[in-house]
Amino acid sequence: MTNEILTGAQAIIRSLELLGVEDIFGLPGGAILPTYDPLMDSKKIRHILVRHEQGAGHAAEGYASASGKLGVCIATSGPGATNLVTAIADAHMDSVPLLAITGQVGSKLIGTDAFQEADIVGITMPITKHSFLVTRAEEIPETLAAAVLIATTGRPGPVLVDVTKDAQNTPVPFIWPPKVDLPGYKPVTKPHGKQIQAAAEMILDSKRPVLYVGGGIIRARANAELAELAKIIGAPVVTTLMARGAFPDSNPQNLGMPGMHGTVPAVTALQKSDLLITLGARFDDRVTGDVKSFAVGAKVIHVDIDPAEIGKIRFADVPIVGDAKEVLGELNAELKGRKPEIAEWWSFLNGLKERYPLGYTAADDGKLSPQHVIERIGALSGPEAVYAAGVGQHQMWSAQFIKYERPNSWLNSGGAGTMGYSVPAAMGAKVSQPDRLVWAIDGDGCFQMTNQELATCAINNIPIKVAIINNSSLGMVRQWQTLFYNKRYSNTDLHTGTDALMIPDFVKLAEAYGCLGIRVEKEEDIDKAIKLAIETNDRPVVIDFIVSRDSMVWPMVAAGVSNDEVQYARDAAPIWDGEE
Amino acid sequence: MSKHVLSLLVEDKPGLLTRVAGLFARRGFNIESLAVGTSEIEGLSRITAVVTVEGAPLEQVTKQLNKLINVIKIVELEPDQAVQRDHMLIKVRTDASTRSQVLEAVTLFRARVIDVVSDALIIEVTGDTAKCQAFIKVLEPFGIKELVQSGILAMGRGSKSITEKVLK
Repeated sequence: MTNEILTGAQAIIRSLELLGVEDIFGLPGGAILPTYDPLMDSKKIRHILVRHEQGAGHAAEGYASASGKLGVCIATSGPGATNLVTAIADAHMDSVPLLAITGQVGSKLIGTDAFQEADIVGITMPITKHSFLVTRAEEIPETLAAAVLIATTGRPGPVLVDVTKDAQNTPVPFIWPPKVDLPGYKPVTKPHGKQIQAAAEMILDSKRPVLYVGGGIIRARANAELAELAKIIGAPVVTTLMARGAFPDSNPQNLGMPGMHGTVPAVTALQKSDLLITLGARFDDRVTGDVKSFAVGAKVIHVDIDPAEIGKIRFADVPIVGDAKEVLGELNAELKGRKPEIAEWWSFLNGLKERYPLGYTAADDGKLSPQHVIERIGALSGPEAVYAAGVGQHQMWSAQFIKYERPNSWLNSGGAGTMGYSVPAAMGAKVSQPDRLVWAIDGDGCFQMTNQELATCAINNIPIKVAIINNSSLGMVRQWQTLFYNKRYSNTDLHTGTDALMIPDFVKLAEAYGCLGIRVEKEEDIDKAIKLAIETNDRPVVIDFIVSRDSMVWPMVAAGVSNDEVQYARDAAPIWDGEE
Repeated sequence: MSKHVLSLLVEDKPGLLTRVAGLFARRGFNIESLAVGTSEIEGLSRITAVVTVEGAPLEQVTKQLNKLINVIKIVELEPDQAVQRDHMLIKVRTDASTRSQVLEAVTLFRARVIDVVSDALIIEVTGDTAKCQAFIKVLEPFGIKELVQSGILAMGRGSKSITEKVLK
């Protein structure tokens, strides 16, 4: 049988089709031009032309995070490729399955400082799960198949495939399926039986267990198994920033988010625990605070698909390497309905829940309370919607005041903390979940980094809703300046508020991009605007919520400080050692 | 601070060394020596790395290395269960009066002279680190003009091979 002859460029498109790719975000340029030609003819792949490659990267991330599928972005060599770097780093930190394809100058020009040449494989080595440089057309199918396998299995992550222009132009026989040979890549998914037994025993012996749930549960699609385990053992659950939605907020066992801006019950539950049942979480410094004083009385069961996470920060008494879905399935079977006796633990925690519920002090400067705005967006949009946040105060409030009931409904840049994530991520999410309501909850700082993708959304009929929580400043930085820098507000004023220069005017900007722009300054207009946004689906919507700049995110554990020092509100530390 | 010898079996792919070296750098692991070369199997290379571990435990080093897609296998070679060899070339200043003393040292240390000119010798020596260091000490008074050395090469004792179970 003779194989069809395809150019490398045609082979890229054909391979992606055969690998099940349906949507790509990208922007063409010289070194990737050959691939854009056959892309035009593909009936299976929709390409969405972005306005900046960073937008393509975050859109692919949002696409992946909202659906659990692979996200794909494409860019040309040199600056096209380097513009993807932030998104690739972001995907690396948050274990997002991402395939980045870049054009490279001709193989004979590599190393000559050719026009638009950058060593993108070298640049992205520390921030990819793996990367490939392809210089021969024959290698394209197997490389793309390997890239997709690596990106989507084990601990997911970004993979970069850099293809030289001559490899794209050379015609060669197209052989499918290709032979993928990765002798050094064998992720362990099945847990060790003995470890499962040990974990079960440790759980049954515990008096103050906590299910410390991380984003791995969402990536592993293990939320049903987690719900089952929580039901069996009755333990409290804390869901990290990356795991909001992995366990329903409506379940009374959910104490909310732990960490720097976690709820008092969640932070305290970890601190006072005698057993951390750690599931796809990685003891991030934003969760542990000062590690030495973190949960000092707790033993640790640590479940992760990445062996390098186990013991990296905190010693694991029972390490379990495996896929969370399989691990929890086996652990649930092993428990056989048995549970630890933890009534006393719950009476302590319930006391905390009662005394320290999440809340906020309303703004007293005549502006909107940002927490209230975000709470209303969540309440009116419901748990089936998707919420993508930027980074900063609005991100924390979105994690706190929206009630999440299902995985993949909360998207954010957790590990990297990438300002500008929200708008393109929401765009990607809307492309993968066209029937869902998709919100970008953004800050006035973040929004100005990537808002050009509103053009992409308007032109391609991707009707996302953007809520700008406009406090006219880099709010989280300002909060730190208020608390730790004696209110010296160095370079945090953005002048976007209605009582400032108002540059830019976000409503005019929205209109310029073909979006519906709404400004909300009064509390009674909040619901009306949100409802109008929800009903408007012929174009994207941008709501400029003018909020108080003095609102702060509470509770808070200052950076590097023990979680014992959690502040419920300014100058208000919880009392937990006093008389109950 | 403890010193460990790691033997890595890796795929011989472009950029492999950058990946390994970059990982050491960004994770803050100290690398004392590195020797790279092809193995008995085509397409596979062996890396012998000597690492000193301060804060981060060795386990974290090997786990992170194992995450590199092109790294197939890592074993730690314990000193008493492995042979370790340094390989050095040393250019020593000599003249008619010192040459015989240098040659005597060469014989004692079972080293070899591989190049001779009127005012210098190039000597090749292999052995464990202690022996090589002792040899350098002996030569120093004569004047070492140049010294190059490979990283440590190491291999587990006995008939077993690190590549055995790896290839199906």
